[in-house]
Amino acid sequence: MKQKKVLLMGKSGSGKTSMRSIIFANYIARDTRRLGATIDVEHSHVRFLGNLVLNLWDCGGQDTFMENYFTSQRDNIFRNVEVLIYVFDVESRELEKDMHYYQSCLEAILQNSPDAKIFCLVHKMDLVQEDQRDLIFKEREEDLRRLSRPLECSCFRTSIWDETLYKAWSSIVYQLIPNVQQLEMNLRNFAEIIEADEVLLFERATFLVISHYQCKEQRDAHRFEKISNIIKQFKLSCSKLAASFQSMEVRNSNFAAFIDIFTSNTYVMVVMSDPSIPSAATLINIRNARKHFEKLERVDGPKQCLLMR
Amino acid sequence: MSLQYGAEETPLASSYGVADAFPKDLGLWPGGEGRGGGGQAASPADSSKPRILLMGLQHSSKSSIQKVVFHKMSPNETLFLESTNKIYKDDISNSSFVNFQIWDFPEHMGFFDPSFDYEMLFSGTGALIYIIDAQDDYMMASTRLHITVSKAYKVNPDMNFEVFIHKVDGLSDDHKIETQKDIHQRAHDDPAVAGLEKLHHLSFYLTSIYDYSIFEKLIPQLPTLENILNIFISNSGIEKAFLFDVVSKIYIAPDSSSVDMQSYEPCLDMIDVVIDVSCIYGLKEDGSGSAYDKGLMAIIKLNNTTVLYLKEVTKFLALVCILREESFERRSLIDYNIYCFRKAVHEVFEVDVNSHRCCSHQTSVPSLKALAHNGTQWNAI
Repeated sequence: MKQKKVLLMGKSGSGKTSMRSIIFANYIARDTRRLGATIDVEHSHVRFLGNLVLNLWDCGGQDTFMENYFTSQRDNIFRNVEVLIYVFDVESRELEKDMHYYQSCLEAILQNSPDAKIFCLVHKMDLVQEDQRDLIFKEREEDLRRLSRPLECSCFRTSIWDETLYKAWSSIVYQLIPNVQQLEMNLRNFAEIIEADEVLLFERATFLVISHYQCKEQRDAHRFEKISNIIKQFKLSCSKLAASFQSMEVRNSNFAAFIDIFTSNTYVMVVMSDPSIPSAATLINIRNARKHFEKLERVDGPKQCLLMR
Repeated sequence: MSLQYGAEETPLASSYGVADAFPKDLGLWPGGEGRGGGGQAASPADSSKPRILLMGLQHSSKSSIQKVVFHKMSPNETLFLESTNKIYKDDISNSSFVNFQIWDFPEHMGFFDPSFDYEMLFSGTGALIYIIDAQDDYMMASTRLHITVSKAYKVNPDMNFEVFIHKVDGLSDDHKIETQKDIHQRAHDDPAVAGLEKLHHLSFYLTSIYDYSIFEKLIPQLPTLENILNIFISNSGIEKAFLFDVVSKIYIAPDSSSVDMQSYEPCLDMIDVVIDVSCIYGLKEDGSGSAYDKGLMAIIKLNNTTVLYLKEVTKFLALVCILREESFERRSLIDYNIYCFRKAVHEVFEVDVNSHRCCSHQTSVPSLKALAHNGTQWNAI
């Protein structure tokens, strides 16, 4: 079982726990209103894709804790970090202080885990007027890129009220998956054989897109996170009925999309633009591919161990 | 985007008496005659369509309600709506199967100004929806409500009244019921209102933009459609079915007693999911075509053998069925019944078009072309 340590940091009230709850704990956006301030560090172990465990360190952002992190707890917190996620509240009135803390984190990372990947989330974007959003985000991104040197950071704009949250977390999680290239290659073969326009692979619990293949340009560049969001919401509403969603087929005159349980840890979505291909054919193809991908998932574990010897 | 509200939790959504919230004679047409009653209003210009008035104090969210229900605005976006400064008339028949106008009134319109012709206004109106903000001090709203209702009733005794106690998402359950009781009590106590027979028609609904109670209260009576739906359900081995207006989520059920949150909510959510997915992938390469077109169909299977089956019926209406997996095995039978059902629904709306239009319009032979209810032609197969 591989464990990967993910640090979630940022000022108090910036939205870290809310985000985590929505992505990993099946909260809906409105539920997060009830969350209180995080005291010190909250550890959660999230199983992801079967053999991966994300060790999430949700570090409470109140000043006293933050000071602590950089002094007495420094080594403990910043060692062995795979990913650092730093959350900025876009409405913050203390930009300088935010940046100061951020830089302290970066220093600690540089010393203890220099290979860690860094993600900056500019959060609560829903509180900004729509026509201002791009501008404000670009400004922040430039500042952050500059301040982060020599380290590199990836910036995302997010809000718990729309799909941007999924886009950021999908990208984060993608960095943590060990064999993602192999997965993509197999997905591509599958897509080509069944003549699909697009195939998406989702992690089963979070519905984050972990891999995809498209054989032709699609119009909407944000569709992955939108689909994640749409399906996750639906999944949650089904759970209210004490049932869970198993599969879905949607068609109109121009397309047919199939979403189904794939392996024990994933869901698959197949999009066909040839509506003349009967559903049954695609469903059989999916069923047959399932066995192949299950094998891939199982084989990965032991194979890695062998290599390490 | 409105999609993220597809999964709102139930505690706030269970509005008071939702299951029996369909007043049987909510005839919205001037004169209250029910559908096809020929809406001739004694008021200016384009009022062959029945009219609904939205009134209430300033900031009581009338415009927000209208935008969210009929214009697919996300509740969050309504924060950015400005105050209404003049009467805003909205003919929503282009985006919904409901065929009426909504007049949104700013409160400070000089309503009680003697020169304002509210007589003309009220005589042409089928229903008045008064919106009270539950989070505000509602004493003044209550008083205004009484004055408004008594005035309106004097002019047009056939008008229907509904009171929406809005913004209840911020209140606890007990508080909600208390508020409703209180407002109801005040209405009873007020001498201006007490004498009106229509008092029992003054139905109070707890609503919030953040849940679906607001959608449920704007349904016109469509006994024919309910009837057809009933026949369809009983002959197809289906547990439940609803006919939904896809934009506003207003729905028609075979009878109000069969509506429970457990069956209704997943159907609602299904529509959102399906339309959203279709918006992403359902347009042609050049961007033409439409997400919601004649071929729209969806099947969702749950792990407890429940199947949700959605099929397009008209330009605005979709049929959503709930059935068991075993019943779904007879899919061809169900599909054929849906085909018949669909034809029947189209005929219902055609009859309506004919009765609403004044003589001179020619309508095509129903068997050759499908007419949407507002008369626009629509690509038949």
